[in-house]
Amino acid sequence: MDSSPDSSAPKPTRIAPIPTLDTQFFWDAADRSSFVGQQCGDCRAFRFPPAPMCPSCNSLNTQIVELSGRGRVISWIKPIHPPAFGFKEPPTVAVIELDEGTRFVSNIVGIAFEDVRLNLPVEVCFDATMGKHQVPVFRPRSAS
Amino acid sequence: MSLRQAAIAGIGATEFSKASGRTELQLAAECSLAACADAGVDPKDIDGMITFTIDNSDEISLARCLGVRDLAYTSRIPGGGAAAAATLYHAMALIDAKVCDNVLIWRAMNERSQYRFGQAPQGGNMAGYTAGHGTGSLLWCLPFGAMTPGTWAGLAARPYMEKYGVSNLDFGRMAVQQRKYAATNPNAWFYGKPITLEDHQNSRWIVEPVLRLLDCCQESDGGVAILVTSLERARDLKQPPVRILGATQSIPRNVEVIANFYHDDLTVMPEAEGTAKRLYRQTGLGPQDIRAAMLYDAFSPHVLMQIEAFGFCGRGEAKDFIAAGEIAIDGRLPVNTHGGLAGEAYIHGMNTMAEGVRQIRRTAVNQVSGDGHVLVSSGMAGAILARA
Repeated sequence: MDSSPDSSAPKPTRIAPIPTLDTQFFWDAADRSSFVGQQCGDCRAFRFPPAPMCPSCNSLNTQIVELSGRGRVISWIKPIHPPAFGFKEPPTVAVIELDEGTRFVSNIVGIAFEDVRLNLPVEVCFDATMGKHQVPVFRPRSAS
Repeated sequence: MSLRQAAIAGIGATEFSKASGRTELQLAAECSLAACADAGVDPKDIDGMITFTIDNSDEISLARCLGVRDLAYTSRIPGGGAAAAATLYHAMALIDAKVCDNVLIWRAMNERSQYRFGQAPQGGNMAGYTAGHGTGSLLWCLPFGAMTPGTWAGLAARPYMEKYGVSNLDFGRMAVQQRKYAATNPNAWFYGKPITLEDHQNSRWIVEPVLRLLDCCQESDGGVAILVTSLERARDLKQPPVRILGATQSIPRNVEVIANFYHDDLTVMPEAEGTAKRLYRQTGLGPQDIRAAMLYDAFSPHVLMQIEAFGFCGRGEAKDFIAAGEIAIDGRLPVNTHGGLAGEAYIHGMNTMAEGVRQIRRTAVNQVSGDGHVLVSSGMAGAILARA
């Protein structure tokens, strides 16, 4: 991220992620605009949320890998009340099923809530938060 | 069979309010004492205590209030209200195994006046959000504006709505029936206040397009306690015994407490299906043996999905089951005859289990007709209650 913030840009109001010891790697990568996940170093299964052990083969051999950042929308809502803290307008909150098979809760941006459809193809991009961090959000995938 | 049979001998509660005016420990002590008095058991004889992991009162403090002589066993259940019925499961096991004779289950909270589960964090203060009690994945929702139980439940319910063409209007019919029950229940917060389908559809959106205000349970202050003992002992006590024919829990792979969108098929509630399967196998019973059901209703969709999971109708058919009047008092399966957590109070599912006990005792204000067993389910756990 740029270390000299543009004083003319509005300050982000989205709350920063809350890392835990098991999830710090993910948020560190997001700050570098990288969308990563855990893959078992032995059986190659992807898993989410992050965990120290592979649920398929119980291996502790964990690799952090760059994910495709591509997926589809399998659930989506608009929180109205109480208003989502940090959002000027109600966000579109969605469950994304990633191409790797894991799921990720995020926002859908660049499309009206009413226009989102089940299985809408999406791709990752990043949005700034308070505290100079970033979170992965998703936008409709271009046809190409 | 050498196992003892467990039975519910007493139930007790405080009043249900929005501001109890006393501490949670006092609420816990009052409802516990009431359950003992109901049963005719000396509270000093309690030898087992069970509550939720997130209950703020500790066992020793409560035991000292009650004058408990010698506590032989304590345990707590994770999963919040979704696992409420697991308290009966633990109690049954303790009685069956002859580990305890008088097991007290309690849950008491000032969930309206002291803190509120339904509020978004104030001023960006995230201090209340922690990874634990099976809710670790909530941290993955917060930066995206999914900050309340309603948002998490909404995300979990939408695939079901999409697949079966269920709309918020369908939830409304459920909500109207629950409030009809609450309207005739003097202990309900919404006593004397039924709603119409129009009221439901005019209530504001909480989470579009899933939940309106009248699809959400209340936030309440209060406490509920249940005293479990052996059937043999219960026969000598004050109330007609309510047998726990079976009780069980099911937490299938990738199911979470409320950030529940990681399991394979989001159009079903696998924890309730697992609970149903295990409970029916344990008891040799089936949906045809159940006369009424007390189902955890944090939000309307949970009721529909549990009706389906327990086999009272096919998948996707709960909306038609409800529209046909089957959950009304003269229907096939009266549901939440106290008014549910939406109509009576939100005591984390404990008050719903107490209503199951009243139905078996035949002392419910909205008493179902005929014989049959009562199912109590909180999704991740359930029990079947019966007359002795």
